[in-house]
Amino acid sequence: MVAPSPSGVPAIRLRGVTKAFGPKVVLDHLDLAVEKGESLVLLGQSGIGKSVLLKHVVGLLKPDAGSVEIDGEDLWAVSSRERDVLRRKFGMSFQEGALFDSMSVGDNIAFPLVRHTRKSRKEIADRVAECLELVRLPGIEDKRPSELSGGMRRRVGFARAIALQPQILLFDEPTTGLDPITTDVLVRVIEEMRKRMNPTAITITHDLKVAFAIADRVGLLAHGKIEIEMAPKEFEASADPRVAAFVKGDSELSPPEIEPERRPGVPPSAAPPV
Amino acid sequence: MKAVLEAIGRPVLRLLEGVGRFFELFGQTLRGFVRPPYQIAMTAKQVVRVGVDSVPVVFLTALFTGGVLALQTFKGFQRFHAEGYIGSVVALSMLRELGPVLTGLMVTGRAGSAMAAELGSMRVTEQIDALVSLATDPVQYLFVPRVLASIIVAPMLVVLADVTGILGGYLVAVQYLGANPVVYMNNTFQYLNMDDMTSGLIKAAVFGLLFSMIGCQTGYDTKGGAEGVGTSTTSAVVLGSLAILIADFFLTKVLF
Repeated sequence: MVAPSPSGVPAIRLRGVTKAFGPKVVLDHLDLAVEKGESLVLLGQSGIGKSVLLKHVVGLLKPDAGSVEIDGEDLWAVSSRERDVLRRKFGMSFQEGALFDSMSVGDNIAFPLVRHTRKSRKEIADRVAECLELVRLPGIEDKRPSELSGGMRRRVGFARAIALQPQILLFDEPTTGLDPITTDVLVRVIEEMRKRMNPTAITITHDLKVAFAIADRVGLLAHGKIEIEMAPKEFEASADPRVAAFVKGDSELSPPEIEPERRPGVPPSAAPPV
Repeated sequence: MKAVLEAIGRPVLRLLEGVGRFFELFGQTLRGFVRPPYQIAMTAKQVVRVGVDSVPVVFLTALFTGGVLALQTFKGFQRFHAEGYIGSVVALSMLRELGPVLTGLMVTGRAGSAMAAELGSMRVTEQIDALVSLATDPVQYLFVPRVLASIIVAPMLVVLADVTGILGGYLVAVQYLGANPVVYMNNTFQYLNMDDMTSGLIKAAVFGLLFSMIGCQTGYDTKGGAEGVGTSTTSAVVLGSLAILIADFFLTKVLF
């Protein structure tokens, strides 16, 4: 575990964050603090709101109530301009990479550099090459995103996320749907990125192997809150039925939460937009 | 009774919501116009996509419209021996009405739908979220070049449609109906004045704004996966065309 930063201001702090889509309350007075340089992994069942939580951290969604603070600055108390300045501290990696398919791989990674820096073409090309090397895909600048496999696309997504050398990295299910070997490559790449840049990181996943490999702290999201937070070792050994159910993959130990759209009386149209 | 009121109320609410959203996004687009970075290269790319690529379709539409207009007018005017005025009717109709409206509708089908499909698939593959996470205003980045390009090229396409329409009428009248070429051309320009041209161009610019904003809006607000993209594309064409036809009526009233 990482000790709280000397200034006492966590890199990311969520206070009482509440978000509902129609009748479904996804986040319910959620509190969370992540210290500078710490790697937090959030576990939770599918559809429980892990992605929603991550989208609140980077300001893609606005909480119905509560606040999101980045280095002590409230994301929604500042102007949209200042919010964009705060967002430059972030690098976010999306589930399927979310690469701009109208651009080459190189242009994707160069995008934030062209947009937010005054670097020369040469400097940008060098930085793009450097980022691709870090994700172990050197020399693929001229390929189109459609030519890449799922694992490669995600790694290019990582490369784009780190181009501006952000202090905070967010990973949205970096390994979901990949084979074990590709998963291992991604875990190694994430570890390498952490070692070189020492960023604050939040990763959401339901792959325990990934979680234990990269986490300083593991949190379990359930009922709209971070119900459990502990070190990976403790988590693995915990006797708490909610944790044990997750670690062992046994639904008998802790019944799965019923998704509201399946509850009688609520029309299916009330389901939240994905 | 409640069911009836609900059946009336729901679409009305949805319409008002859509109109409200239009003006919200339009406001953000206007703000994007004046704020740096100015996206000149992106706008140029859209000028090519919306404008240059639409030339064949606009050319053919206008050519045949002008031709059929001459044919129909001939049928009617023959009855009271006013064949000499066919040229004036074709030119006036093309410049004031058919040039802008038909161009608007054709380009809505081509470019408005393409904008909706492109932004829609960017939405469902999280590319728009990625833009936000890269500290880029997606409305400024995506809407501004498309809307600006459409406002610029729509009047140009209308000029092309006007010229081609008059040409189509001329070909039919002279080659097929046996009109005298010189008399026909004289007639064409005899009753035209500058207002006829400018009113058509003003309409075109407004139509360009409408179809591009609506195409971008429906794509940007796409929900659900591939099916959502399909729905957005259809809406872009239907709503864009309706907006053009409704706006045309009121613009004609205002511009007399």
